[in-house]
Amino acid sequence: MDQGRGIVGHVRRLGRQTLDGVARLGRAMLFLLRLTPGLPVLFTRFSLVIQQIYVSGVLTLIIVLVSGAFVGMILALQGYNTLVRYDAQSSLGLLVALSLVRELGPVLTALLFAGRAGSAMTAEIGLMKATEQLAGMEMMAVDPLKRVVMPRFLAGWVSVPLLAAIFSAVGILAAYVVAVSDLGLDGGVFWSQMQSGVSVTNDIMGGVVKSVVFGLVISWIAVFEGYDARPTSEGVSLATTRTVVSSSLAVLGLDFIMTAFMLRGL
Amino acid sequence: MSVRGLSFYRDRRMIFQGLDLAIERGKVTAIMGGSGVGKTTLLNLIGGRLAPAAGGVAVDGQRVAALSRQELFALRRRMGMLFQSSALLTDLSVFENVAFPLREHTRLPEPLIRDLVLMKLELVGLRGARDLYPAELSGGMARRVGLARAISLDPMMVMYDEPFAGLDPISMGVITKLIRELNDALGMTSIVVTHDVAEACHIADYIYLLGEGRVVAEGTSAAMQASAAPEVRQFMGGLPDGPVAFHYPAGDYLADLLGS
Ligand SMILES: Nc1ncnc2c1ncn2[C@@H]1O[C@H](COP(=O)(O)OP(=O)(O)OP(=O)(O)O)[C@@H](O)[C@H]1O
Ligand SMILES: [Mg+2]
Repeated sequence: MDQGRGIVGHVRRLGRQTLDGVARLGRAMLFLLRLTPGLPVLFTRFSLVIQQIYVSGVLTLIIVLVSGAFVGMILALQGYNTLVRYDAQSSLGLLVALSLVRELGPVLTALLFAGRAGSAMTAEIGLMKATEQLAGMEMMAVDPLKRVVMPRFLAGWVSVPLLAAIFSAVGILAAYVVAVSDLGLDGGVFWSQMQSGVSVTNDIMGGVVKSVVFGLVISWIAVFEGYDARPTSEGVSLATTRTVVSSSLAVLGLDFIMTAFMLRGL
Repeated sequence: MSVRGLSFYRDRRMIFQGLDLAIERGKVTAIMGGSGVGKTTLLNLIGGRLAPAAGGVAVDGQRVAALSRQELFALRRRMGMLFQSSALLTDLSVFENVAFPLREHTRLPEPLIRDLVLMKLELVGLRGARDLYPAELSGGMARRVGLARAISLDPMMVMYDEPFAGLDPISMGVITKLIRELNDALGMTSIVVTHDVAEACHIADYIYLLGEGRVVAEGTSAAMQASAAPEVRQFMGGLPDGPVAFHYPAGDYLADLLGS
């Protein structure tokens, strides 16, 4: 649509884009509502969900393991470098564990998952739409929302918290190895400080809540973008990009909000 | 099945206006018409994937547009459809594609599903191709797998969208015979959308010729071949000039070329 040139044109375009954005948000909400009747797949066709957990979860596992190990090692080096100035290097284990469990585990896992599995989910659903596979299913009286979308959505939602836990665990182990073998810290102190300093209700639960929310949001965005994509190659590629961008931004924004609430003890 | 006063628009462009047709149970009905007259659209209206602007489609006494989602799905279970683009599921093998409706809608034991699938694949001559994936099939083979899948639940009505496009003469003969035999042996109702005049006359009991949003001519295949109506003569004879326009509606050609 021609919105004209100059200031007026810019204002019009801005208005149109804002309205489009709000409309998309509304459609995404409605989409989530339309998905809910498909929830029983979890019980009736559990194998479909498991299969998707394999596709999206297990295939993200490698990059989560590698990234977790590197982040843990980096944290150990950087943390030691800072702590040693105050002669507090015995708290390194605690520092690493808190950083990973509360922040880096959930957030980095979510970002990796959005890039690796979220984009793939969008592309897959979008392509199935573009090649009339979803239409074909509908004509065979199979609801694509239940058969295709819901299993992927649930699998993504479940995978993120599990992957985040693995990320943190690997990170802590990697930090331990660096701390003991390279920095010459005492292993016992590393663990005991961590054990006494990390609270299950506050720190670990906080991280779990975050990653559950991230899993929900990423999977939601990914399946919505795929299902809503224009059924052309360009439409699918646009939707894939949008999944990565919107879910990354959503994860960081939500992380800020949740952290603010958690630190104030709400 | 009947279509009454059906009207349908795409972005305000008229596709159908007051279309009436009746399809008799147990017969093969061919729907013919130029490219873009809305044959695929008509099948989608029958299958309830599109909603008409006015009028309606009734299948087996049920008004399709008035059905709830559940009732619509129950009806679709008794309809098979072969898509123009085959619409095979690309991440499943040929075998699994044909097994898909069985697995989704029945609780049959695995050996029985295997037998049923192999029987359908044998019918279309692709039993040996069961382990291939859709990307490894030619267009004609994909069409035949689509056909096997459309009939895997032994539906009461099958809609074939261009079943002959891209088939060699041998497969074409086999498929024609197959459609006819399925129809007669299982008492199915068949709707065949096609451009292929010879094949349509060969298998159809009744032929509808669509044009400009309505039925231009109808009749048994013998009557159609003998018809003197200019629209029918043009279509049956494949003549470029006549009452049916070959072109999609467009502005003046010369003005378009001169770029004004
Ligand atoms: N998704 C769509 N959006 C807008 N217009 C469409 C869409 N699909 C089809 N049309 C239009 O509807 C008209 C009928 O299309 P349809 O696919 O039913 O034709 P057809 O008779 O099946 O043609 P063919 O024999 O080439 O398959 C065409 O003019 C086409 O431009
Ligand atoms: Mg068509």
